[in-house]
Amino acid sequence: MDFELDEEQTALRDAVRGLLKGYDPATNSEHRREVTATDPGYDEALWGRLAEMGLLGLPFAEADGGMGAGPVEVALVAEEIGRVLAPEPYVAAVVLAGGLVAELGSDAQRSDVLGSLAAGERLLAFASGDVAEPVVQGARADTIVWEVGGEVFLVDRPAGAVAYRTHDGGRAARLEFDRAAATPLGNGGDARAALATVQARARIAACHEALGAMDTALRLTTSYLTTRQQFGVTLNRFQALTFRAADMYTDLELTRSIVTWATLVAADGDTAALPDAAARAKLQTVRAARRIGQEAIQLHGGIGVTDEFSIGHFTSRLTALSHWLGDAREQVSVLSASLGQHGVLDPLD
Amino acid sequence: MRLRLTEEEAAFREEMRTFFTTEIPQDIRDDVRAGRHLGKDHFVRSMQAMNAAGIAVPNWPVEWGGKDWTPLQKHLWHEEMQLACVPTPLAFNAGMIGPVIAHFGSQELKERFLPATANVDIWWAQGFSEPNAGSDLASLTTRAERDGDDWIVNGQKTWTTLGQHADWIFCLARTDPEVKKQAGISMLLFPMDSPGVTLRPIKLIDGSYEVNEVFFDNVRVPGENLVGEVNQGWTQAKFLLGNERVGVAPVGATKRALATAKAHATDLGALSDPLLAARFVELENELLALELTALRVVANSADGKPHPASSVLKLKGSELQQDVTELLVDLAGPLSLSSGSETVPEWAALTVPTYLNFRKASIYGGSNEIQRTIIAGTILGL
Repeated sequence: MDFELDEEQTALRDAVRGLLKGYDPATNSEHRREVTATDPGYDEALWGRLAEMGLLGLPFAEADGGMGAGPVEVALVAEEIGRVLAPEPYVAAVVLAGGLVAELGSDAQRSDVLGSLAAGERLLAFASGDVAEPVVQGARADTIVWEVGGEVFLVDRPAGAVAYRTHDGGRAARLEFDRAAATPLGNGGDARAALATVQARARIAACHEALGAMDTALRLTTSYLTTRQQFGVTLNRFQALTFRAADMYTDLELTRSIVTWATLVAADGDTAALPDAAARAKLQTVRAARRIGQEAIQLHGGIGVTDEFSIGHFTSRLTALSHWLGDAREQVSVLSASLGQHGVLDPLD
Repeated sequence: MRLRLTEEEAAFREEMRTFFTTEIPQDIRDDVRAGRHLGKDHFVRSMQAMNAAGIAVPNWPVEWGGKDWTPLQKHLWHEEMQLACVPTPLAFNAGMIGPVIAHFGSQELKERFLPATANVDIWWAQGFSEPNAGSDLASLTTRAERDGDDWIVNGQKTWTTLGQHADWIFCLARTDPEVKKQAGISMLLFPMDSPGVTLRPIKLIDGSYEVNEVFFDNVRVPGENLVGEVNQGWTQAKFLLGNERVGVAPVGATKRALATAKAHATDLGALSDPLLAARFVELENELLALELTALRVVANSADGKPHPASSVLKLKGSELQQDVTELLVDLAGPLSLSSGSETVPEWAALTVPTYLNFRKASIYGGSNEIQRTIIAGTILGL
């Protein structure tokens, strides 16, 4: 058992961090505001650079135009995105929608769709049901990976989709589908097993995005506590405040452990164990995200509630991630169903 | 990154599981499983069985009975023991004074004490806390004064856990009152039946006797019973307390308690209640996160330096341990009022005494407020 990144993974993380540094709230809190102010709500030039670096094809087979990397590499990209609150729809387009094409698509579909996704030429979105809402980047996506009744299709973006802004600065849309225009992925038919696997992988990647955001929220908060003065001293002189920061750290580290473990379950390829592992990671992430998000604002005081200061945007993004790809109630429900099937839980079995 | 144990690690774990479930007397394991009061005999027989197999004190230097195990192996040893309902080796011996003597003691002191300590032929008591020196340990006022080659000890210790069983005590005493408080402390070893030692048990809220006051009235201690150097006691105490925080999250025991609670809930037909099921789910999940954090810490502390995340283990570990005792009280419901009767199941009658007793978990070994102070100061730089 080993939870540390190897040299190549560390190099990849550093490269991604370098690419995203324009969003770093510690040095430039304006850039993200400008990008999210106008449609499509993310930086298409940066998206192109992510493509050039191979990140948009990271988890796909090299034959399909991808890099052949695994869940660990995907996780660290997602975490870097979360760390600076980058609005690029990486998990939605690559891990979720792209992941379904990789899992279910025919040779030609994979080569065509994943190749153009990886090249940054085609944006994918995932939607579920005859009327789907909210579909992340649904009005911008070129192709929709559409699930209905447990079957998955490729379909062009429906006409008339209108983007609206989500509370975290992103974009979503309501999409209404016409079955006639849909092409089955691969041979078509029941795809529920693949859906469960890919959604679990996407859920775990989204947890990493939240993990990155929580890490920065804590760092911004401790930085604020050591610089902001009241009553003639910096705020870190008040134990009532530092204890709350210590609890944020505890939440963060516990979450890091379980989310990293879930990624390793995904990397291990054990698809039977994957959905529960993803549910466990998500449940812990949602609980931690709520506490850390709230405490980060509280410890900043009034400025934490302003639009101008970045910390509140972290809380907004954490709240969005907590309610996307399954909320806590759904995870508790999933895990309740298997509660009677084990005595003690054993992550090493 | 790697999820699985290696083949060797998995085999080691199996070996430990087999040992603990077959070589430790069944009556001891039954009593632990039922949450009954454990006597001296339980600890001694269990630790002697481990010592006979050479696995009672793996954290000690190899020449004194330790094992050249990786941190992960030590973790697996500790977890399997708890899951098998085996009392952990006596902390005062295996985790506290043994490593201190092995690290700071003279060769003579090592030969005299280490084998007897590993085999609990000597049961040690910890003479650290005092009425006015709890979390602020360096404020202790028990003093030791020179009389020829001997030391004369006067003062009082408190919260001396299981001191009623102890043969010897390792005692921090002030040997230089003139210097900074941390710099004037030494560690002395002496028998509990030395003239001038008086032990008074403290009855706890659950009716049990676990801790004691110990009074010293002109106790004469030979000079050779001082560990290491004079005034080195604070360094030794910090070394000891550093060891105390390793494996301090009782993950295995808490997992076992939660599984037991789940079995009771199933018997009661209560697990179909979604509110109760949700409570189990949340606790199991937090406990999983804690266990994985413990694994992260051991998997990445091979160079001897503890992982920064290790500080969360005591804090969260004690909270979850307490949460499970709470859950058991709530499961027992009104039956928890009984403190023992023919008509009430044993487990239900034990829930409140256990719940009350385990309020201690967030207080001993560095209270959770001390842990938050460490996290805020050392890790977050606040």
